[in-house]
Amino acid sequence: MEKKENYTVSIYTENNIGLLNRISAIFLKRHINIDTINSSPSEIEQIYRFVIVVKVSESDIKKIITQIEKQIEVIAAFFHTDQETIFQESALYKVKSKSLFEERHIQNIIKNSHAKIVTVSPEFFVIEKTGFREETEKLYKDLAPYGLLQFVRSGRISVTKEPLNITEILNEK
Amino acid sequence: MKISGSEAIIKCLLEENVDLIYGYPGGAIMPFYDSLYHFQDKINHVLVRHEQGATHAAQGYSRSSGKVGVVIATSGPGATNLVTGIADAQIDSTPMVCITGQVSSNLLGSDAFQETDIIGITTPITKWNYQITKASEIASIFSKAFYIARSGRPGPVLIDITKDAQFEMTDFLYKKHKKLRSYNPKPEISDNSISDACTLINKAKKPFIIFGQGVILANAEEEFRVLMEKTGIPSAWTILGLSAVATDHPLNVGMVGMHGNYGPNVLTNECDLLIAIGMRFDDRVTGNLNHYAKQAKIIHLEIDPAEINKNVKVDVAVLGDLKNTLPKIIEKVEEKKHEKWLQKFRDLNHIEYDKVIKDDLFPKKEKITMGEVIHQINIATKGNAIIVTDVGQHQMVACRYAKFNESKSNITSGGLGTMGFALPAAIGAKMGAPKREVIAIIGDGGFQMTIQELGTIFQTGVPVKIVVLNNDFLGMVRQWQQLFFDKRYSSTEMVNPDFVAIANGYQIESERVSKRENLKESIQKMIDSPNPFFMEVVVGKEDNVFPMIPTGESVSNMRLS
Repeated sequence: MEKKENYTVSIYTENNIGLLNRISAIFLKRHINIDTINSSPSEIEQIYRFVIVVKVSESDIKKIITQIEKQIEVIAAFFHTDQETIFQESALYKVKSKSLFEERHIQNIIKNSHAKIVTVSPEFFVIEKTGFREETEKLYKDLAPYGLLQFVRSGRISVTKEPLNITEILNEK
Repeated sequence: MKISGSEAIIKCLLEENVDLIYGYPGGAIMPFYDSLYHFQDKINHVLVRHEQGATHAAQGYSRSSGKVGVVIATSGPGATNLVTGIADAQIDSTPMVCITGQVSSNLLGSDAFQETDIIGITTPITKWNYQITKASEIASIFSKAFYIARSGRPGPVLIDITKDAQFEMTDFLYKKHKKLRSYNPKPEISDNSISDACTLINKAKKPFIIFGQGVILANAEEEFRVLMEKTGIPSAWTILGLSAVATDHPLNVGMVGMHGNYGPNVLTNECDLLIAIGMRFDDRVTGNLNHYAKQAKIIHLEIDPAEINKNVKVDVAVLGDLKNTLPKIIEKVEEKKHEKWLQKFRDLNHIEYDKVIKDDLFPKKEKITMGEVIHQINIATKGNAIIVTDVGQHQMVACRYAKFNESKSNITSGGLGTMGFALPAAIGAKMGAPKREVIAIIGDGGFQMTIQELGTIFQTGVPVKIVVLNNDFLGMVRQWQQLFFDKRYSSTEMVNPDFVAIANGYQIESERVSKRENLKESIQKMIDSPNPFFMEVVVGKEDNVFPMIPTGESVSNMRLS
């Protein structure tokens, strides 16, 4: 069996209804679980960028990329290893305000983790932390004993170290 | 001047030179059918008996004519009944545009009567699909749909149109699509890949070509024949490549794959260069990939980048349209003959002839064999007919033994293996090539999957010839049960009705043949008839198709019995 690795798939697309289905169907067909997925506008107007993280073998990811690129409204697709990208995830933690004021320790946790307090209200406060998975997870573990009302983490967002020449690709086509 | 959305759809079809569509009306598509009423002199609508029949008929039409097949159906069940045909067209790269009605846009997502998410359902099996909710979108979306369906590697496209968009009034201006910024139907040809391929071809001592449907889809039959003849390379067809060059061409060494010929399968593992042209290394072609052409350098000529290195790792990939890449290769390759190497194919095929083919075509046993039926059809048609096959034993036998002089003559469900394909596909094939003889060869199982299309034949009078090879079994599954499941015939025996009586019910002239001495005469009668004709041939119940590569085996371990 070929070794499986984390790959970040970056896909530039037109902004069309149903395209998410079309892309996820390619993973579904091969029985591959999507670890995280994020879709947002890209650096080019009217063009969207998907960032998908999957754990697969290198030969599989190559085939998946060509099958994604084959979709009519996909402009280009790329895959990169963790070493080839700069990536981050964001997490939000909602905690009871009472804990913040009563447990001095929690203030140290926030300070040491370089997290940011987004909102404070009489009932709850919301902490935001952006970083690697291990960092947001560590903060989760540290805060959990004090009672997390809600926790949510975004999909990975990532840019590549090498340039991706989408404008050139668009001009060529 | 404003026109209704439904009239706009018809105007789009006319802009795309569509004069024939297959369909079935229903609630959500009624505005379209109402507009069609006023255009009956320009567009012939064939009313099928089930929407699946419409898709296969459109496929048959496309495969015999090279044009885009068009299908129309209503929402909900009408749309879901298209699914099998769309999946078939997708895997066999058949250009098709399916139009489905949809509930009004204000009802979308409300589980309205006959509402189904056909966009969601068909996403993985279409080249592209789109839901129109405004009449103003119709012209540009249809133009895009036809462009996508027929360009590059062709495939099916589905357009879903809400009922209110069909009623809505709109301006109409049709502009043909020639380009989409996110889509590259014709990959640029790399000169390096051409010269690398030619170097390998010129060096090879034992080169071997496998050609697929890509040759036909690119209209590159002539270029392919020139390449084959200039290089003298023995060439074998995949099931969908069949008829791209004449079956009797001296360099045509037979069919590759599970029930292909002995020579090309065994020698796949002996050649020093394998040149794959417009084919996709399907598992039924390659058998066990770990023992597939490992000794050979491999060149892959292909239009779809996703097929490169998908199943077989290649040494040189020549991306591009065969119509453009083949001439560049022809120019650079040396003229050669490979007589000794070619003789090896002939020698092995001769072994197959002695052990298998002779008894198939000239049997001594009492019951009629499928092979001799095909053989007699070859004699009667002189290899000039279009043969449409279903799926199973009869399909393998027909594709092994049918003779073809012309391209686009072999129409079968290759990738999906859709039983029920042949009868409706034959209707479409005849309408796409009205001057040609079209013979559907079908098993008793598959025939009953779309038997209702006899009604379409009756109503249109389309003169297709239907040959049902009846062994009262789902023969291919029974063969596997015999060979690999200790003869446990689980749910494969069929108690069949009187097929001739059914055909007579549709007033189709018909004949039942169970004795060898009547076979030739009945086939001649069928060919001579200017009308639709149905013929049932009773064949041996437990005959098997050989040779065979059992699943998971190497192509060189082909069983002759």
